[in-house]
Amino acid sequence: MTMLLIGVFLLSLLVITAIAIVRSEDLFSAVMLSGIFSLLMALNFFLLDAADVALTEAAVGAGVATVLLLAGLRLIPPKEAPGRPLRALSVTVIAATALLMIYASFGQPTLGDPLAPTQQHIAPWYIEKTPELIDIPNIVTAVLSSFRGYDTLGEVFVVLTAGIGVMFLLGGGRGKPFSRLDSQAEQGLSGHLIPKVMARLLIPFILLFALFIQFHGEYSPGGGFQAGAIFVAGIILYSLVRGEGLALSVIPPRALLLMSAGGALLFGSVGVAGMLMGGNFLEYSVLAENPVIGQHIGIIVIELGVGLTVTGVLLSIFHAFAARD
Amino acid sequence: MSEILDLIAGLLVVTGCVFVLAGGIGALRMPDFYTRIHGASLTDSLGPVLVLGGLMVNAGLTLISVKLAAVMLLLMVTSPTATYALANAALLAGLKPEGVEHDTTEPEKPA
Amino acid sequence: MLLVAAIAILVTMALALTRALLGPSVYDRVLAVNMFGTKTVLLITVMAFMMGRTDFLDLALAYALINFIGVMAVLWFVQESSLRQQTQNPARDDSGNDAQ
Repeated sequence: MTMLLIGVFLLSLLVITAIAIVRSEDLFSAVMLSGIFSLLMALNFFLLDAADVALTEAAVGAGVATVLLLAGLRLIPPKEAPGRPLRALSVTVIAATALLMIYASFGQPTLGDPLAPTQQHIAPWYIEKTPELIDIPNIVTAVLSSFRGYDTLGEVFVVLTAGIGVMFLLGGGRGKPFSRLDSQAEQGLSGHLIPKVMARLLIPFILLFALFIQFHGEYSPGGGFQAGAIFVAGIILYSLVRGEGLALSVIPPRALLLMSAGGALLFGSVGVAGMLMGGNFLEYSVLAENPVIGQHIGIIVIELGVGLTVTGVLLSIFHAFAARD
Repeated sequence: MSEILDLIAGLLVVTGCVFVLAGGIGALRMPDFYTRIHGASLTDSLGPVLVLGGLMVNAGLTLISVKLAAVMLLLMVTSPTATYALANAALLAGLKPEGVEHDTTEPEKPA
Repeated sequence: MLLVAAIAILVTMALALTRALLGPSVYDRVLAVNMFGTKTVLLITVMAFMMGRTDFLDLALAYALINFIGVMAVLWFVQESSLRQQTQNPARDDSGNDAQ
């Protein structure tokens, strides 16, 4: 009962924040309020016992997305452009669709209902078969990387495509990414002593924590996506405090391209390796003598691939905005 | 013995929550931005330390305490830095404290 | 006892949100976001203890880091955009964005 009340309270805060974001004209305020929105969403996920999703939402939504939006906001005027007046037709269409969706949501089974169709055959199958076939404690990672490996492969390629799209739009002309970046100009916050010292203390731990999340994703909430986002947060802190020039020489743009594409390639090659050793595409059981060990090897390597791609893409997007001009 | 530990843990958590609430009320009721920062940041550093300390006493000597100690250390280190960054950003953007007649507030220029 | 703590933290979150909605300048909103982040970390640790799922403490660490990096990005943004305005309009004397 208390969980229900807390959940309702948080959701109502969410609605209030969403209304405030829509109604604010200053873009800076809107970006900050969307940080609160992300944190509230992550809390809701946490209440629903979805730890992996909560971690990803916080790391990507409240952290990296806020920084990326601020980096982009630096380049444009601070107020929202005067909008067109509301048209009656669009308001009617949106209201009708929303009401239809709310009405349809009443047909869904209640949360956690044991008689719901998903709880009848597929969820018990995953819960039974994971200790036997894959033998890792975190069932979410087992489902994500092994049972539904195709979906994760698609996600990695979607992230890579998004990165390519952004680099084409922002990176420079004639298909040469990163050619518009001025590495000499930016000094970042290096004049302020306190952030510099604090960042120097914290960045090694952030990167170490990212590695922990990457490899511990089989035993506790974590995995490639979250680890990539936290790693990028550490490097972003470095480049904010020491300046873009230094950050671009520490991890040069060529390395970022290699990381983004290499991660997806690594994932795909695990699948092909499975085929070469006699199984189907993305079948990890044939990668070693013992099928369970094969699953472990497969999961570790593909999580590494996911982490590499996410890191490369997010960092490329950040540099494309922040080191511009 | 364990009742005393529970009592200490409870006291620490409740004191921490009093500070957290005080910070929240202070951020709402203070008249000016710089006073709000002062109120909110003091309790952003102390309140979590007390609450997490109480939870650590509750958990005993396990891995959980180590993780809680890591969170506590991180919050103790980053909250004052964030306050510094925020106050400096506001000064740099020209937000003046109330009641200052002539312009003696110089933002810290990057060296 | 932990439930009381959770309720206190939730009330403080609501207060921080009020400050975010009310704050006349944008820096009040950034202060509110920072407070909100710290309270989220606290709420997660308290509720992890309440729900008995103590492997959620990694989330608290991650949130604390994320919160810090957000505020650093705000300082960077203000400094860089005031520098940018100064280089683009050298005749202007005041520094940077209007605090609104």
